[in-house]
Amino acid sequence: MHKVKIHITLKEGVLDPQGKAVQNSLQSLEYSNVQDVRVGKYMEVYLEESENLESQIDRMCDQLLANPVIENYTYTIEEAG
Amino acid sequence: MKFAVIVFPGSNCDRDMYHAVKDQLGEEADLVWYKEANLADYDAILLPGGFSYGDYLRSGAIAATSDIIAQISKAAKAGKPVLGVCNGFQILLEMGLLPGAMLPNEKLKFMCHYETLIVENSDTMFTRSYDHQEKIEIPIAHGDGNYFCDEQTLRELRDNNQIVFTYDQNPNGSVGNIAGIMNEKGNVLGMMPHPERAVEALLGHDDGRRLFESILTHWREQHAINA
Repeated sequence: MHKVKIHITLKEGVLDPQGKAVQNSLQSLEYSNVQDVRVGKYMEVYLEESENLESQIDRMCDQLLANPVIENYTYTIEEAG
Repeated sequence: MKFAVIVFPGSNCDRDMYHAVKDQLGEEADLVWYKEANLADYDAILLPGGFSYGDYLRSGAIAATSDIIAQISKAAKAGKPVLGVCNGFQILLEMGLLPGAMLPNEKLKFMCHYETLIVENSDTMFTRSYDHQEKIEIPIAHGDGNYFCDEQTLRELRDNNQIVFTYDQNPNGSVGNIAGIMNEKGNVLGMMPHPERAVEALLGHDDGRRLFESILTHWREQHAINA
C-alpha cells in the first residue's frame, strides 16, 4: 500500500482572495513582515500497488484533483502499512 | 421544443429553470435526475444553478465526473443548445466544454442581487432577441463567480466573439468583466447570472425571458429548415 501526499497550489499570477484575507489577518495580528499568503490544498490518497503508479497519480490530478487552468500539483509517495 | 433540466444532488435552481421554459415559454420540459438520464430525445440541455455535491473539491468538479457528462458532451457536439447557469457554468468549465475556471469572488462574499449586464454578442442562438450592447438586469447569486482564464484564452474569446455577457460594474473580479461565454461553435453558453430568475415583470424583471425565447426561435427556424 502506498500513501500519496498531494499538494495543490494556485498557479503564480492567479489571484487568491482567500490567501489575501489570511495575509491581512496576519498583518492585523502585527506580523508585519508577512509579505504574501497563498492557500492551497493537501490530500492523502491511499493506493494499492499498481504498475505505472506515478502516471496514474498524474492522471488523477489532471482529471479531477487539480484544475490545470488555475492549479499546480506536486506529490510524494510513501510506503504505508 | 423539449428541454431537459439536469438535476444533480445539490442543484437548487432546477425548478426555476423548469418554470422558465415550461410555464413561461410554454414548451415541453423535464426535470431529469442525473443518474437516470437519456438525453437523446431532448432538443436542449439546461444545467441549473445550486451547489452540486456541496461544492466539494471545487465548484462543479464532482458533477463534471458523473456518467451524464458524456451525454451532455454528445449533445453539445451535435450542436444542441446547452445552457449552464451559475453552478451549471462551473460544471461546463470543469468538464472542459468552455475554457477557463472559477475562483472565489474577489471580496470572498457570497453575493445575491441584481446586476446590469451588457449584451456583447447578440448574434447567438441565446441572445438574438436582444440588441447589441443592450443593458439588461439579471440577478446574480454566487460565491465562486470570479471568472479566470489566461491572457491567450482571453484574446481568443475576444477574437471569436465568444464573450456573450459582461458586467457593467464588475462585482466579483472576473477577468474582462466576463459574466457569460460560449464555445467557439456558439451552442454552449455558460453564465453566472440567473436569467431564469428574471422571467416575470411581476417578480422584478423579465429581461431573462428573451434568452429562452431566443433558444426557441432559433430551434423553430432550424426545425422549419429541416422539415
